[in-house]
Amino acid sequence: MNIVVLVKSVPDLVEDLEIDATTGLLDRSFLRLIPGELDDHALEEALILKERHGGSVTVVTVDTGDVDETLYTALAKGADRAVKVVVEGLEPGPDNTRLAAIFHRVLAGIPFDLVLTGTQAVDDLDGFLGPMVAEAAGLPYVGYVTRVESTDGKVVARKEYPGGLCADIEVTRPAVLGIQAAEKPPRYVVTSKVMEAMKSATIEEETSPEVPAGSGLAVSRMYVPETGAHAEMIEGTVEQVAEALAKLMRDRGVVA
Amino acid sequence: MTGEICVVIETIRGEVTELSYTMLAAGRQLANGLKTRLSALLLGNGVRHLAGTLGAADRVVCVEHPDLADFNPEAYLQAIAGLLRSQPPRVGLFGHTAMGTDLVCGVARRLACPVAVSCRTFAVADGEPRYASLICGGKIIAEGALPAPTCLATVMPGGYKAEEGRVQKTPPTEIVAPPPPEKPARTRFRQYIEPPAGDVDIARQDVLVSVGRGIQTKDAIALAEELAKAVGGVVAGSRPVIDQGWLPTTRLVGKSGKQVKPKLYLALGISGAPEHAEGMRDAELIVAINKDEKAPIYGFAHVGAAVDVLELMPVLTAKVRQVCAGAAR
Repeated sequence: MNIVVLVKSVPDLVEDLEIDATTGLLDRSFLRLIPGELDDHALEEALILKERHGGSVTVVTVDTGDVDETLYTALAKGADRAVKVVVEGLEPGPDNTRLAAIFHRVLAGIPFDLVLTGTQAVDDLDGFLGPMVAEAAGLPYVGYVTRVESTDGKVVARKEYPGGLCADIEVTRPAVLGIQAAEKPPRYVVTSKVMEAMKSATIEEETSPEVPAGSGLAVSRMYVPETGAHAEMIEGTVEQVAEALAKLMRDRGVVA
Repeated sequence: MTGEICVVIETIRGEVTELSYTMLAAGRQLANGLKTRLSALLLGNGVRHLAGTLGAADRVVCVEHPDLADFNPEAYLQAIAGLLRSQPPRVGLFGHTAMGTDLVCGVARRLACPVAVSCRTFAVADGEPRYASLICGGKIIAEGALPAPTCLATVMPGGYKAEEGRVQKTPPTEIVAPPPPEKPARTRFRQYIEPPAGDVDIARQDVLVSVGRGIQTKDAIALAEELAKAVGGVVAGSRPVIDQGWLPTTRLVGKSGKQVKPKLYLALGISGAPEHAEGMRDAELIVAINKDEKAPIYGFAHVGAAVDVLELMPVLTAKVRQVCAGAAR
């Protein structure tokens, strides 16, 4: 089975997110970008399927800055091909409508049975990449998938609902699946292996002709919600905090 | 439904989901603000009786067909897009859920209209509907207009009370056949897989010690277990911890896990992303420990402390034991 994994770069939420005072939007000048966490699960599921059924795994990402490490890491983990799509004139933080159009264009040149990507990404606003690519390519889509099994000409996607309930959905290939979690935690690869991949493997660069149109969804402003406003904060050392919390639990009758 | 507000009701195993009522509450506000009708779109097989709790809507359009008996992504997509294409609403609301997110982008493309996802609240200003979305794990709110003539949106919980949208009254109900599909659906519902049984039910605990990404390693689970033992609770967790395999899926709190309402929810190293908040924000007492003072969890926790969870856990365990011993004397 030949699988393509679509990876989107997203802001690293561990860092402070700032709003640009002039644009009123997310300040991207110092933003650290990382591959989407669920995209990493999508890659893992693809590698598991390859181990089980053979075939190939191709990882594709759009060059929104600093994606080489992501691609070399994927190669070090066992991906067969890594494709970086360079789009001249693409602004930082392109919306999903643009990204989906770019991915759709690239997919036309890669034979595949299955496209996997994260069910969603932290900065999604104008839609979700998986179903947008599926719709552009005229393929079926199922998201919130936590396990994929292959049967003749079809796959069975285990879709997750609230409360731990799941449903098995049969999907005719080729198809696009949105991965919520891989069957196993994404594999870890040591830096030396990534370095090795940097020397021995190559990233294929593909140039996409033009920047596609965006979604037309307007964002008039972004802001950081007031968070500290609600919680009553306990200051002090770990010892003092523990003391205060233990007393609070006792006073509330939670522990006795 | 042309120019109206349309809510796509979600059902699972013959029951209307809680979020559907949240969407109706949001839809009611938009319909009133825009002085238009609120329609509820109900899909399934033998589901017309469910219209009895959809009284917040001005009418129900009920689409029944055996292919729609259980959620089938492509069959639902074709049915909804087929209906809405002939009568495009001003705003169409979908759940920010396993069902809604499968559908909304496909419907939008077929209607050639934009989508706004992760919407928590809506407003009407100068006759225009607007959205406010919670993005970046709850760290950023994005606001804007829902462009005319049609825009779709996914709704997450937290902005409206589901009770406001749950009205025990049957609105005028139209039963319609699904529009004939362009081609046979390439997706098919096979079966439900029940959640694993046998573990403790975290929804029935008075005290939950819940751990998130901030605990960093699997080894820290043991510290949480010790603390849970001291406070007479059970260890639960957020998505990253479950996905790492550090805790079984039965312990997952949040959107895809359990909704919990304990007397005490001790959130350790949990940032408070919307998906998690959805499952625990109604707890009686939420105590959050997270080094990041800007963590969204402090927006709805009752008590917080920005200290290191790994350092705190053993010390707190000891203090709680002291307090208990003191009380016993």
